[in-house]
Amino acid sequence: MTLLKILLVWLAGWALNIWLARFDTRTTRLLVAVIFGATILILWEMVVRLYAVPSVILPAPSQIAAGFAANTAILWTDFVQTIVKGALSGWLIGALSAILTAIAIDRSPFLQRGLLPIGNFVAALPIVGIAPILVMWFGFDWQSKAAVVVVMVFFPILVNMVAGLAATDRMQRDLMATWAAPYGASLWKLRLPAAMPFLFNGLKITTTLALIGAIVAEFFGSPTRGMGFRIATAVGRLELPLVWAEILVAAIAGSLFYGIVALIEKKVTFWHPSQRNQRG
Amino acid sequence: MTDAAIGEMRGGGMLRRAAKGRTLPVLAVLLAIVAIWYAGAVGLNAQWVRDQAARSETVLSTGEFVVRTLSLDRPVLPAPHQVAAGLWDGIAGQKITSKRSLVWHGWVTLSATLAGFAIGTAAGILLAVGIVHNRAMDQSVMPWAVASQTVPILAIAPMVIVVLASAGITGLLPKAVIAAWLSFFPVLVGMVKGLRTPDAMQLDLMKSWSASPSQIFWRLRLPSSMPYLFASLKVGVAAALVGTIVGELPAGASSGLGARLLSGSYYGQTVQIWSALFAAAALAAGLVIAIGAVEKIALRRMGLAR
Repeated sequence: MTLLKILLVWLAGWALNIWLARFDTRTTRLLVAVIFGATILILWEMVVRLYAVPSVILPAPSQIAAGFAANTAILWTDFVQTIVKGALSGWLIGALSAILTAIAIDRSPFLQRGLLPIGNFVAALPIVGIAPILVMWFGFDWQSKAAVVVVMVFFPILVNMVAGLAATDRMQRDLMATWAAPYGASLWKLRLPAAMPFLFNGLKITTTLALIGAIVAEFFGSPTRGMGFRIATAVGRLELPLVWAEILVAAIAGSLFYGIVALIEKKVTFWHPSQRNQRG
Repeated sequence: MTDAAIGEMRGGGMLRRAAKGRTLPVLAVLLAIVAIWYAGAVGLNAQWVRDQAARSETVLSTGEFVVRTLSLDRPVLPAPHQVAAGLWDGIAGQKITSKRSLVWHGWVTLSATLAGFAIGTAAGILLAVGIVHNRAMDQSVMPWAVASQTVPILAIAPMVIVVLASAGITGLLPKAVIAAWLSFFPVLVGMVKGLRTPDAMQLDLMKSWSASPSQIFWRLRLPSSMPYLFASLKVGVAAALVGTIVGELPAGASSGLGARLLSGSYYGQTVQIWSALFAAAALAAGLVIAIGAVEKIALRRMGLAR
């Protein structure tokens, strides 16, 4: 009987989506996605309630929302500690140093040929593992988290930026040369703008990495606040609604972080075909 | 994340071909890294050695001083040769079944990674096939799949472990679940993109031959998605390994490279941490290279090699 109810809700949501999907306009697309998400949430709530799943295994969405509302103060301090101090500062330092390194090695094809394969290789490694070492070096507070984030975001951004600086074609560079543009001018007026789509590609990839680095580094030691610390200790005490509330915060923060970078990208690289297409 | 990373990996081949003769530059950069590492080891360990010398009231010559900084038991930063010795000892110096053997820990990690990777890849491909053939599914699932890329999923790894343990599931499976979850999205997104690469002209041609949907799928869509599949497999396997290692961090895990990292950090065994780190890096490199080799063979046999 309970299974029948659950199936019924699923089929209702699905039928609605199949019907809506036929129209294929902007509004219905948004609607379909929202309905899908809402159906999943309702089903989740139903399963937990109808089968009386203990909250230590899976709390219902309503319990998570209650946990979120009851712990806003804790969640806010954790957010500031982990996201603002750890992830954001580390991301900014890492991005800036990667951009500067890319520009510095831009004039040396030798260094580029040497660094690119290594950078590509390092970008595929489980760099999170460096967290215990950096926690030992920089202490338990946010500095060590920022250091982990710096190391994690550096190589993806570097590789993208180096590729971006090489993205102009011969004709454009020749044109700069016929205007007798010095290195600085052609870098500033031609190659840096041309590198922007690549740079933002790297910046967007690394927003998630930054959050992961900051949270995971806290598993190796942290002051008594921070999202990773809270997740680890709350899991130990089986306060699952609080853990899920932290995850909700991480999800919101991750989406916002990505969204803000994507928004800046739209403003900066308005001339790029990928941005023009999105508008139409 | 995946979309971009896949594009980057596909672009990597072109970059690599463009930069001919890269052995020498790579070696030079590697040498520079080792040199910086040694300098850093001397610099970071200097304080400790100086304190010890002051305590025992001995005066060290510069040579002795450097040698001591590079041979500490628990250095702040172990020198490359110490890490190499630690790695060698962990791989060859122990019995494979021993708890100190990196081969054993590596195997624990690798088996969970591969199990999770297989599950995640299969699920990703199946869902991608569904998405490409069903518009309602596409519009329902894809926005969430893309949005989920911005969420630090890895952060829930310890919770998954603890929750599954409280449900009585321990061992390889919980870690494999995390690995599967992490490798699922790159494969899904890459595969959807790949299955959509045939353009209208090719699809029309198939229709003019009155090909059935399954024929279109097996003869056109699937083959043309292969380059995308392999690019996303590389991203996915690296993600699966990271997921497994983080899954080994929470309390209670006693085996696997992640557990080695954690116990090393508890007891200040820096050489152990670095050895585990390098073992993990070697594992990641090996997995990516293996997929690259399969890709090369498969694409050549399908006539798709670039």
